[in-house]
Amino acid sequence: MNDPMIRLEGVTKRYPGQDKPAVEHIDLDIPEGEIVIFVGPSGCGKTTLMKMINRLIEPTSGRIFMEGKDVTRVNPDHLRRRIGYVIQQIGLFPHMTIRDNIATVPKMLGWDGARTDARVDELLDLVGLDAAVFRSRYPKQLSGGQRQRVGVARALAVDPPVMLMDEPFGAIDPITRDRLQNEFLRLQAEIGKTIVFVTHDIDEAIKMGDRIAILRDGATIAQYDTPKHILSAPADDFVADFVGSGASLKRLNLSRVRDVELTFWPTAAVGTDRAEVRSVLRASDKGAVLLLDGNDRPVRWVTARDIDRTDVPLEQAGLEPEAIVEPQATLQDALNLMLDSSHGAAVVVDGNGTYLGAVDFATVAHAVQAMRREAREQLRAAAEGSSHPGEVAAS
Amino acid sequence: MSVLTPGSTVVPDPDAEAPAAAPAPARRRRPLFGYLATPLVLGLACGALYLWIQGKELDSIEERLLNAEGIQNGVIEHLKLTGASTVFVILIAVPLGILLTRSFAKWFTPGVIALANIGQMVPSIGVLVLLALVWDIGFQPSVVALVAYALLPVLRNTIVGLQQVDRSVIESGRGMGMTKRRVLVRIELPLAVPVILAGVRTALVINVGAATLAAYVNAGGLGDIIVGGLSTSRDNVIITGAVLTAVLALFIDWLGAVVEDLLRPKGL
Repeated sequence: MNDPMIRLEGVTKRYPGQDKPAVEHIDLDIPEGEIVIFVGPSGCGKTTLMKMINRLIEPTSGRIFMEGKDVTRVNPDHLRRRIGYVIQQIGLFPHMTIRDNIATVPKMLGWDGARTDARVDELLDLVGLDAAVFRSRYPKQLSGGQRQRVGVARALAVDPPVMLMDEPFGAIDPITRDRLQNEFLRLQAEIGKTIVFVTHDIDEAIKMGDRIAILRDGATIAQYDTPKHILSAPADDFVADFVGSGASLKRLNLSRVRDVELTFWPTAAVGTDRAEVRSVLRASDKGAVLLLDGNDRPVRWVTARDIDRTDVPLEQAGLEPEAIVEPQATLQDALNLMLDSSHGAAVVVDGNGTYLGAVDFATVAHAVQAMRREAREQLRAAAEGSSHPGEVAAS
Repeated sequence: MSVLTPGSTVVPDPDAEAPAAAPAPARRRRPLFGYLATPLVLGLACGALYLWIQGKELDSIEERLLNAEGIQNGVIEHLKLTGASTVFVILIAVPLGILLTRSFAKWFTPGVIALANIGQMVPSIGVLVLLALVWDIGFQPSVVALVAYALLPVLRNTIVGLQQVDRSVIESGRGMGMTKRRVLVRIELPLAVPVILAGVRTALVINVGAATLAAYVNAGGLGDIIVGGLSTSRDNVIITGAVLTAVLALFIDWLGAVVEDLLRPKGL
């Protein structure tokens, strides 16, 4: 790994009059271009830890490095202009237009008006707001989701390498939140910032994070790893409890249909002779044959009883396949559809609707086992690597 | 995420969120009639007072107390007293209020507010007499007494106005690297303006009323008419002085309301 974008060394925060430190001796490397999530129960000190990175809270001891340079002693106002900052309440300035809100940091850095205007329009486009409509509006005239986007645009104004986000989607209704999360992930794929993201919601952490730091009281790190490893191999009972009982289900959110081997399903083209369809069905262990049209698009599920019914054409008998997913869908989506489907399988099609295969319960179970095995092996390899470094080197 | 280029026609909103509020910049303005109603009513009141006095037989004392020149001087002196004291109130109370809301000042804020409370609780007439005894009579001591009396509303509103600024707005400003002074000037004060102005308006109205007492220490104003009427037992004169003072107070209150509307930051 290259030098981390942010390195925390022994960072500690004590408040006067309190026995226990709010944050105790944290060492943490945050790699460039990744979203690192601080997640933990409320009061665990995750926000305090994050605010020490831009020194809204001054650490009692320890050092913080950004891009290899110690920033613990530099002018905090100048430091913060290089770090984007988004908070849950967003904190747009209500008496300023959207343009002036976004222009806050450019103005402090002495950008001229034309450059600022161009940047404001660019950013509004980036977050999916029509600049011509929104730049002269006031925050009060925006919906919650729109304000949140402006908050992100404002934090990106001078293209800072690092962004801190304190529960940025916390105050938004679940449906909008889901959409904003997806938008943000797409945006991040474009801009590749180093992001520290605080949340108390483990599901959000799993969805958004490249890495997750699970914190317990006093902001000690219980586990710092990728979402996959945390779900597959929680470090201890605290992590397992925090991840919750649905760990296996949550893990399904991390794999996509394209990553698993699709199950074979008996198919027949529309217009195939009934006897032949029956023999295809008999030859398989499934309860239904999938009828495909001339372009290989799924048309009908046909069971043995449908084949026996001669009063309607075969392509009008049976049920329409409703559980259809594309390869980029998550296994959780597929499982969800599968549970509702008539034959316990989700049909996988490509972007044109062409049949690729099916996903059934066995596929999912298999994928979960594979993930767990992989995580254990990696963990074991890591443990052996650290406890017997000599042996590893020798072998 | 649908990306729109600037100037492109409005594509149907990419999100099904609640539509944003009214597109026109929202500024709470009353209709024109709302602005004109108060001066109209006050003008009518003055006219009615004039006709009423004209219809009366005035004796020589009343004639002497109620003449155009005397009333005009009274109004001017009254406005000077009110204006000067309010200017001093603003110059003292607003900076003091800013100071008292800074984090380092939290230890002595209650003490200063208690002091301002005392200033308002002690009757102005007492302060005037006290100042006349230990210092002087006339314009200056009157202004000092009025300042002491009207300091509290402006001080309190400055403090409240600054305290009610949303903490998250300040935090986001600090988090983006705005200095404390910049946050104060660009964020806190503009957002506190409506509340501070409401305090100033209260102080103005208080001062118009209290300035009538300045007549007792020879500082002039509309109080001269009232005091003159009282000492000579001329009800017509007392009523005229009282009505004129009330009209002046209401007019200044109205001016304050107009200024508040004009200075309220957009977007609030």
